[in-house]
Amino acid sequence: MISPAHYLFLSLALFLIGAIGVITRRNVIVVLMSIELILNAVNINLVAFSRIFGDVSGQVFALFIIADAAAEAAVGLGIIIAFFRNRETVFADEMDLLKW
Amino acid sequence: MLDSITFYFFAGVAVLSAALMVTRRNAVHSAVLLVTTLLATAGIFLQLRAEFIFITQIILYVGGIMVLFIFVIMLVRLDVALQHMRFRLQRWVALFVALALGVEITVVFLFARRLPGQGLLIQEPAPADKLPPNTEELARSLFSSYLLPFEIASVLLLVAMVGAVVMAKKRIDQ
Amino acid sequence: MTLPPSLEAILTFLQNWWVEIVCGVVIVAVVPLIAGYVVLVERKLMADMQARLGPMRVGPHGLLQPIADALKLLIKEDLIPDNADKLIFWLAPVISMVAAMTSMGAIAFGPTFQVARDINVGILFVIGVSSLGLLGIILGGWASNSHYSIIGAIRSTAQLVSYETAAGLAIVGALLLAGTLRIRAIVDAQQQLGVWFIFLTPVAFFIYLVASIAETNRAPFDLPEAESELVAGYMTEYSGFRWSLYFLGEYANMIVVGSVATTLFLGGWLRPFPNVHWLDWLDFLPPLIIAAVGVYCIYRAGKQPVEIQIWFMWAVALTCFAVAVIFAVPLFVTSLKFILPGLHGAFWFLLKVSGYIYLFMWLRFTLPRYRFDQLMHLGWYILIPLAIVNVLAIGVAMILESEFGWNRWFAALLTSLFTLGIAAFLVNLYDKRTAAASSPATAAARNPYAG
Repeated sequence: MISPAHYLFLSLALFLIGAIGVITRRNVIVVLMSIELILNAVNINLVAFSRIFGDVSGQVFALFIIADAAAEAAVGLGIIIAFFRNRETVFADEMDLLKW
Repeated sequence: MLDSITFYFFAGVAVLSAALMVTRRNAVHSAVLLVTTLLATAGIFLQLRAEFIFITQIILYVGGIMVLFIFVIMLVRLDVALQHMRFRLQRWVALFVALALGVEITVVFLFARRLPGQGLLIQEPAPADKLPPNTEELARSLFSSYLLPFEIASVLLLVAMVGAVVMAKKRIDQ
Repeated sequence: MTLPPSLEAILTFLQNWWVEIVCGVVIVAVVPLIAGYVVLVERKLMADMQARLGPMRVGPHGLLQPIADALKLLIKEDLIPDNADKLIFWLAPVISMVAAMTSMGAIAFGPTFQVARDINVGILFVIGVSSLGLLGIILGGWASNSHYSIIGAIRSTAQLVSYETAAGLAIVGALLLAGTLRIRAIVDAQQQLGVWFIFLTPVAFFIYLVASIAETNRAPFDLPEAESELVAGYMTEYSGFRWSLYFLGEYANMIVVGSVATTLFLGGWLRPFPNVHWLDWLDFLPPLIIAAVGVYCIYRAGKQPVEIQIWFMWAVALTCFAVAVIFAVPLFVTSLKFILPGLHGAFWFLLKVSGYIYLFMWLRFTLPRYRFDQLMHLGWYILIPLAIVNVLAIGVAMILESEFGWNRWFAALLTSLFTLGIAAFLVNLYDKRTAAASSPATAAARNPYAG
């Protein structure tokens, strides 16, 4: 009853909402959270197709994506903290040091 | 029947909390809504009988990454009144991009099924009680076919840990 | 009579899952009451170790004290601090409580009592979901808009995260021996090997004991919620029913952690020496233990000062004898033998969990509190390296047994001794470091009256 199309459309919806979040928000922490949302959408897709084709490689790939997301979130938040310590801001439009 | 109910419930919660998440002004509210989205996604994984990914999502994503996010949001907490979306043009750009992407993928998927011999080959998934035990299958695959990516992932995590510590450390000599 | 398909689907669902639903309802209904009485047991034990009597006023021997406490908490005024985030202030204790109760869903309190019907990732589910309580702590601390709360929440979260890693690695040691993550299969593995895993990997049990005390914010690791340190840490601004939710979550977490330790290390619902057949008379121990408690009550009944307390002691004794008869009947009546594993299994399981929690309370009343940097050093410098070495050692022991044909006990003993050697080395390093920090040279430098 739940066809693969359902999972594809769910994954698409989450991906688009994440993309809107990345483009629209000022707070870079919320931008990072939207990136996590995009990664989750991809994970849903991978696991759904792994179930359909009976191949566990999709779940292995999803596992690696989760590990990679953890690493990227850690480093990204470290950069944000370092920048905040220097410039006292986390808003993307105020991070204009390199602007000419 | 049970599958349908669980799927629609978790999918609805995921999409609703994701939509709320990108529109909240308070960053902590956004973080809590992302936690809800991640838990709903974990529910989808469970519904797909991928139990190990379900529990990995909960332990790593919700219990690890989101706690990190909430910590950092607490540390850089600025006045809420300053946060208002100033980019009027950006909103329309975002909606246009989202619409374009959505229409494109939907068209690819819907039309691909009608072309015989081309497009996606989608078969019926195996019935749920004939599946091999999930953790054992995953472990077997991870430690035989995907051993090299596994080791590289561990090196990646080590490098990320060192990088994050170096980035966030206070410079005492300055 | 054909029912509409949705009603038929609901009926088949109930038919297949009614046992699990009943178990879930029992857990949700009984755990808050049990947690309340665990608090009473703790106060009585604390009193006993401090040579006094504890709560005696409310009800006979203070047995209605938890009811009085619950009533008091329910009628207290519900304060929300100024400028606090109301939604998150409301949500945080709920997250804590729900995480603790949900993780109880996968624990098997006996061979038949389990809500999640033998999920593939059993132990990992319990550990993972109970670690969601962290979110409740940090959100509660932040939402209170008070500096005591935030500092307490950050300290508590840092402590929980560090010791969660140590606990997980310690569990891996026992999981290597079990070969599976499913809870019933772990206890079955202990039955097949004929020995509880604590005897094969005592170091892992000790690491898990220390890590679980830190996980539940109990003394000697209770710096985040000690009254003399931070008022009450993240719970400072919570009063009345919200505080009781946090409190119940903490005690439910204690039960969860005790159950995990019992399942992995103490043989779950197995009796001591489960495979040794000439010790089958140990099956008579549960009714004998309960009957012994009844006999003790009768002995104490004669020494009570007030008449109603004599009646009460006799009532308790008669209840104990009735329960002992219920436990003993399936042993003799062969047609009822099928309920024997479930009934006696639940008794042994609860006995072991109670022993583990008694150990928690004993340590609370005996040891002084750890300072926060000492706590962090213990977690990261000593327990985590020790747990990693233990996993390697267990792996080596298993290979020695299966590939080289060594005796299982000899291999386990050798590798345990090696791990203990590493532990001694790490503790020695820590002692050298603290001795260097407080050596006479630095003490003279710090002495304000020197020179």
